[in-house]
Amino acid sequence: MAKKEQDLQEVVEQAIAQQKVPHVKFKGINPRNIDIARLTKPSKETRQERWGKGLTALAIVLIGLLIVAIIGFVGMHGLATFFTDKVNIFQFLFSTDWNPGAGPKHVGAAAMIVTSFAVTLLAAMIATPFAIAVALFMTEYESGKRANLLQSVMELLVGIPSVVYGFLGLTVIVPAVRTIFGGTGFGILTATLILFVMVLPTITSLTVDAFKAVPKELRKSSAALGATRWQTIFHVVLRAARARIMTAIIFGMARAFGEALAVQMAIGNAVLMPYNLVSPAATLTSQLTSQMGNTVMGTLPNNALWSLALLLLIMSLVFNFLVHLIGKKS
Amino acid sequence: MTNIMEAENVKLSYGDFEALHGITLAFPAKKLTALIGPSGCGKSTFLRCLNRMNDDIDNIKISGKILLENKDIYRTHLDLVALRKKVGMVFQQPTPFPFSVFDNVAYGLRVAGVKDKDLIEQRVIESLKQAAIWEETKDSLQRNALAFSGGQQQRICIARALAVRPEVVLLDEPTSALDPISSSEIEETLMGLKKKYTFIMVTHNLQQASRVSDQVAFLMNGELIEAGSTEQMFLSPEKEITSNYLNGRFG
Repeated sequence: MAKKEQDLQEVVEQAIAQQKVPHVKFKGINPRNIDIARLTKPSKETRQERWGKGLTALAIVLIGLLIVAIIGFVGMHGLATFFTDKVNIFQFLFSTDWNPGAGPKHVGAAAMIVTSFAVTLLAAMIATPFAIAVALFMTEYESGKRANLLQSVMELLVGIPSVVYGFLGLTVIVPAVRTIFGGTGFGILTATLILFVMVLPTITSLTVDAFKAVPKELRKSSAALGATRWQTIFHVVLRAARARIMTAIIFGMARAFGEALAVQMAIGNAVLMPYNLVSPAATLTSQLTSQMGNTVMGTLPNNALWSLALLLLIMSLVFNFLVHLIGKKS
Repeated sequence: MTNIMEAENVKLSYGDFEALHGITLAFPAKKLTALIGPSGCGKSTFLRCLNRMNDDIDNIKISGKILLENKDIYRTHLDLVALRKKVGMVFQQPTPFPFSVFDNVAYGLRVAGVKDKDLIEQRVIESLKQAAIWEETKDSLQRNALAFSGGQQQRICIARALAVRPEVVLLDEPTSALDPISSSEIEETLMGLKKKYTFIMVTHNLQQASRVSDQVAFLMNGELIEAGSTEQMFLSPEKEITSNYLNGRFG
């Protein structure tokens, strides 16, 4: 370092001797005043920059490792069902015979897969029209205090713990369904009604963002062509926001698909193919939560639960992939 | 020369702030009137009064009269939807809807309840031709309008405004977001359309005003300083301030 500094000092001296450097007459600005030691070292800002980069990179590496570890662990145990215990993957996906304790011939998750999709799709189907209506009200009709109030209410709904939703469902919806439709009151319908309330805020707030992202100029142009407000909403706003609304629905579905506790409290937990909406059933998540304490690590029943977990993980990847695909297409 | 629109002592205020201090101006039919003036002088605000686009703003108060074919648009039973069919508008930024060119141009007709497919198709083609964008779109009517260039999008928007056969078309700086070539194409389009429609255009571009307009109105600080034929305004304006502005001494 010292050698380099000396060399540079020599270069400066030589340049002055050969009169290559103009002798500026300003105070303090003089080739001889150059602090070569300071110029050859990284500045404070450069060091901060490196520190910042280093810290963020470290955080990313750690989180990346964590994600890989989670996927690896779930994958390892989930796949053990098929590789170690020799369960047929088609049987796992399409058979309704779920009794892993009885051996590898009885590991069929079809009933849970169907139930999971049923509650997810039904909840999204009920929640979406309400979400769109509320979002339209908040963005197109009312944008002042009342919209803010609604926004707060929606945020509150997100913040309520799922066990509270489950408890409410158990106390209110289960008896109501029992009284109206008969049966035990536990089942897909009850779970769907709870999930509807739970995914509503998710879909609503993302749909609000979708409507807000539609340029004001489009609404004005539509009005300037003689369209009524409703025509503008229906033909222009909804159409322009279509992709984002789809994304909102998928996020809502991902939440419904992954919700465990509230569903477990309301669905009845019987691994049976649902033949109607009010018969007790079980989803992938509800089976996982209710059974994980009852199995021994490394045994087939335990590995089978890990397979359910792997399936949930894959589905969440699929949901994310769909969101990505829609984003790219629009 | 008949006047299709007339503004009489139009005042507009937002809350306590008066933005227009009584503007009286007539718009001759089948001519292009340019509204010019420094930024913030109220020319766009005034333009938006002419098809009641200001109505939605909170705390706004508009007084005076705006006559369209001798009927006050603020006080007759002419509703907004009907008014906007007669007075179309093209905005500064091209604002095509995110669907096909055909659906864009057909939009005004469809929201007006026109069901006749042949009529819609005929009007769409006619309007695209009038807006001088037919050659570029005739093979791709089903393509998304957003896939076209800025200048093409703006001409599609002009076609869209023309499709409902308005009496008057308001243009709010229609070329300021476009490159010079697209701008000159729009200008040519307007020159061709002047025989059929009445245009009222806000522009920042004085050369553009001198090229395309028949009448010029100079606004400043919410007041109409002077109005007259384009030739007279540019060659021998009555007021010194107008001459100063037109010669680029301020603004």
